[in-house]
Amino acid sequence: MQKPRIRWHIAVFLAPAVLVYTAVMIFPLFNTLRLALFSKVDQERVFVGLTNFRTLFGDPIWSEQFWNALGNNFWFFIVHMLVQNPIGVALAAILSHPRLRFAALYRSAIFIPTILSFVIVGFAWKLILSPIWGIAPSMLDAVGLKALFAPWLGKEEYALTTLALISVWQFVGIPMMLIYAALLSIPEEILEAGEIDGITGPSAFWKIKLPLILPSIGIISILTFVGNFNAFDLIYAAQGALAGPDFSTDILGTFMYRTFFGFQLQLGDPHMGSAIASAMFAIILIGVCLYLFGIQSRMRRYQL
Amino acid sequence: MNKARTNPLNTAAMHGALILYTLIALFPVFVILINSFKTRKAIFREPLALPDADSFSLIGYQTVMKQGDFFLYFQNSLIVTVATLFFVLLFGAMAAFALSEYRFKGNTLMGLYLALGIMIPIRIGTVAILEMMVATGLVNSLWALILVYTAQGLPLAVFILSEFMRQVSDDLKNAGRIDGLTEYTIFFKLVLPLVRPAMATVAVFNMIPIWNDLWFPLILAPAEETKTLTLGSQVFIGQFVTDWNAVLSALSMAILPVLVLYVIFSRQLIRGITSGAVK
Repeated sequence: MQKPRIRWHIAVFLAPAVLVYTAVMIFPLFNTLRLALFSKVDQERVFVGLTNFRTLFGDPIWSEQFWNALGNNFWFFIVHMLVQNPIGVALAAILSHPRLRFAALYRSAIFIPTILSFVIVGFAWKLILSPIWGIAPSMLDAVGLKALFAPWLGKEEYALTTLALISVWQFVGIPMMLIYAALLSIPEEILEAGEIDGITGPSAFWKIKLPLILPSIGIISILTFVGNFNAFDLIYAAQGALAGPDFSTDILGTFMYRTFFGFQLQLGDPHMGSAIASAMFAIILIGVCLYLFGIQSRMRRYQL
Repeated sequence: MNKARTNPLNTAAMHGALILYTLIALFPVFVILINSFKTRKAIFREPLALPDADSFSLIGYQTVMKQGDFFLYFQNSLIVTVATLFFVLLFGAMAAFALSEYRFKGNTLMGLYLALGIMIPIRIGTVAILEMMVATGLVNSLWALILVYTAQGLPLAVFILSEFMRQVSDDLKNAGRIDGLTEYTIFFKLVLPLVRPAMATVAVFNMIPIWNDLWFPLILAPAEETKTLTLGSQVFIGQFVTDWNAVLSALSMAILPVLVLYVIFSRQLIRGITSGAVK
């Protein structure tokens, strides 16, 4: 079995994937981190060290925008964690009930918003919530809650939460599916053993099923985190690059887009854009590391 | 089985909750679709009514057809998605085969290197990607999008496909080797057909984010002749904000192809998610 010759076929099999992946993903990623250390002076690219980061965090105009975007982004993430994931778990728990009829039909229908693009979702909700069309106010009127209506997307204090809830509406299908799969993989014997010990109904869910699906909830949380911290499309489609009203819905993705691509009167600045991208990279990296080393390695896994 | 876990009241409550949420999920889509077939007056007077003989109108679709080049956008989206899937599946399966079949120095390291991209979003590198595409002259071409989406899709594809390829029996491959087949023939003729279900899962997973992406078309290919359907409808709706018929029709035209694809592939998609391939 000794083969001293080079096995060329291994290289041939690996080459296309590694080349495309390295050239279009890994190299630009590090190149972006490098570009953050440069700046344009008199049409020339000059190495400026950490000046861009000093501007981003130190200059009042820049840092105010950055912290605003970061804070908004955290709120966006918190709304997802508090609303999307519990609803997803609840729907999955109901769907996984044995002998529930039409389960496949419900599952497919609830997943439909997830397959639509942000552009469709953003505009569709914009129209429905619009005071001009009046679908939302007249529906609230039907249940006697008309007084609660406000042009939610146009008010600074509600716009971000409204957009986060729209995004929750769109993506609830993903936690639902993943938790559903995890719940189905719990063996019937464990539940029956619990029943013999008198654990049934809701307490079976809290005491037996929930601990068993915690690893899946962990994965969903980190997927939500990464997804939220590079979100852009929904805000851009619904509120435009200025993330109005008055930047109240600005998140890191839209902030980076405006900075590096420019908008209206402001010229694009690729180097400041790279600095923001680097900050996003750091945030996502911290989140993923916290999950891998802090949560996942400590989570108890049960052999099923 | 066990009676303790089912009683009629519970069942009714469960169906009630599911029906309520299904209505919430489908309502916006339904409202957009029915109103796209109505006259402007009917849209505002009775937004929740189905179109009837009196209120039926295709004026919105006529505007969309006249003003926007939706067939071109659709064609661009289709080319980008199909070409990307082809490259992701071919290159991904080849790399997955190399990683799962052969023992060589650096195998684990290569696997980890390729897996990095599962967690790190490619958007972080946008500034450098744009510079590279400008330098190579690929900006405003569909190739720019195909390359980016291929790079983005490969990590997960390699990960999922190599899991599946480990399950292909060694005896089969060794029998092929004894018969004098080359490694390439073994891969294309023996292994690929056996992992077809996994390839379908990877394809369905990649399809939706590529079709729906707005970020890269906006930055890398915003020219009129390379607009994808997502970007095209975004721009069109932005220009026709006040023409409700046109906006609703454009939205419906963007929804319908995805909905049709979903009806065809939903089984595959749901089986893919629930099969535990991404757990």
